[in-house]
Amino acid sequence: MIKIKNLSKYYGDVKAVKNINFTVNDGEILGFLGANGAGKTTTLKVITGFLMPTKGNVYVNDLNIVEHPQKIQRQIGYLAELNPLYYEMIVYDFLKFTAQIREIEGKAFKTAISRVIDQCGLKGVVHRKISDCSKGYKQRIGLAAAMIHDPAILLLDEPVTGLDPNQIVEIRELIKELGKEKLVMISSHILQEIQATVDRIVIIHKGEIVADGTSQELMSGFVGNTRLTLEVHDVTEESLQTFDATNPAVNIAQVETLGDNHRVLHLEYVKEKDPRTEIFKYAVENNWVITEMSPHRIELENVFRSLTSEGGRNA
Amino acid sequence: MRNIKAIYSKEMKYYFNSPMAYIFLVIFAIVNGYFFTNTFFLFNQSNMRALFNIVPLVYLFFIPAVTMGLIAREKNVGTIEIIHTMPIRDSEFVLGKFLASFSLILIGLLITLIHFFTLMNVGLNIDYGAVFTGYLGLALVGAVYAAVGTYSSSITDNQVVAFIIGLFIILVFFLMDKLLIFVPISLAGIVQYLSVEYHFSNISRGVVDSRNLIYFFSVIGFFLMMTIRTVEMRKWR
Repeated sequence: MIKIKNLSKYYGDVKAVKNINFTVNDGEILGFLGANGAGKTTTLKVITGFLMPTKGNVYVNDLNIVEHPQKIQRQIGYLAELNPLYYEMIVYDFLKFTAQIREIEGKAFKTAISRVIDQCGLKGVVHRKISDCSKGYKQRIGLAAAMIHDPAILLLDEPVTGLDPNQIVEIRELIKELGKEKLVMISSHILQEIQATVDRIVIIHKGEIVADGTSQELMSGFVGNTRLTLEVHDVTEESLQTFDATNPAVNIAQVETLGDNHRVLHLEYVKEKDPRTEIFKYAVENNWVITEMSPHRIELENVFRSLTSEGGRNA
Repeated sequence: MRNIKAIYSKEMKYYFNSPMAYIFLVIFAIVNGYFFTNTFFLFNQSNMRALFNIVPLVYLFFIPAVTMGLIAREKNVGTIEIIHTMPIRDSEFVLGKFLASFSLILIGLLITLIHFFTLMNVGLNIDYGAVFTGYLGLALVGAVYAAVGTYSSSITDNQVVAFIIGLFIILVFFLMDKLLIFVPISLAGIVQYLSVEYHFSNISRGVVDSRNLIYFFSVIGFFLMMTIRTVEMRKWR
């Protein structure tokens, strides 16, 4: 379990992370979401012991990162954002080096290296120089190095950046598989990447946590406007004006005229005040013929954009 | 110890899988060989003083070149993040790096033994003790300069800057003894004691005094400690 308590990290005058609190439980895949520069990587760097906190602390399985960095690092596998690798090394030698540091030698190393080669699909490149590998393979090599000691906790900073769609699907599947028995924390600024893989999402914005919950919880807490597209026939200008006047909760955002009294209305309303029944009744009373009524579901994308846009905090 | 070994092996592989080690060893051997043999037959004496005089000067440029990338390169390409997110103590990291650069210097010194074997074949009444202590002195001076180089590599992520800083600090240690005439008399003793050359000349004459050994080990320890502190400080910046 990772417990982040009142964590702040400043780089001189720049406050990268400001007093954040959250917990990640064992067996959970947590998506750590935020725009570029929001503080995701800094938080991960503090959890791994690469940076020390300015204030507050990080506890990994009740161990304090300031006092027990090595003990914590033994339990963590970390794939850094820029995936630094020793390009001059052979893939095998690099994995052997990380295994040596992780105290995996002899027979245990043979088992571990075949496991990560298999899991990360490195079979074709094991004896190749890292600099000669493609970006996708380099990413997998970084992942293999993070998993060589079969850690209970896996921290992945932007793990699918630069991968092609097939590789993204493969890595997602791998992460899902790993998440069955490990604590996995994935940071990303790409929502779709997170949404498809994680159990829970924590959104960070300008160094502060602005949302924490499952995607369903985040969407239900969203208080932005819902949009409704209404395609209707026999809509006179007069009946439309009356509709606007008698339904103050509904805002007509846009009207498209497709033909004689044939229009598409783009409506907005507050989610809690669903006006669809009233709209239907009004349509019947005014002889409107509705050919389409489609509410736009709130996407997590809306929640994310709302929470991380300038001045916007709606959940 | 395991981690020191892992870092050490990685660094040695880096040296020998790139042209760096070979360039260093070949040019080191050629430069020392040239200056040694140049006067060897001229003076017609069975000693290796010429070699022991030239090697510290060659060190001045070669050791900062060998050590400049030790930590600066890791910082520059970001691989320091791999190291510092694995269970490695800063002291293990620094020691592994230092020992690798020191080993390369020792290999360079081993190659110069060819001159000793030449001396054994053509010379008479060779003072084997002085030769041994001379080599011991050269190894200790090499270790001091390697520690200085490791430190200068830790304070920047730019290898050229690390080279220049390393060269400057080594130059200060190298010149201290030679510039004593410019130092006030009250400070002359201290400056002389701090000079590498002063302690090396004692050892290379065949006198292995504990004061000289304490000096060398203190300076090595001081710079390695400074390096460890510098590496640690990064986490708290």
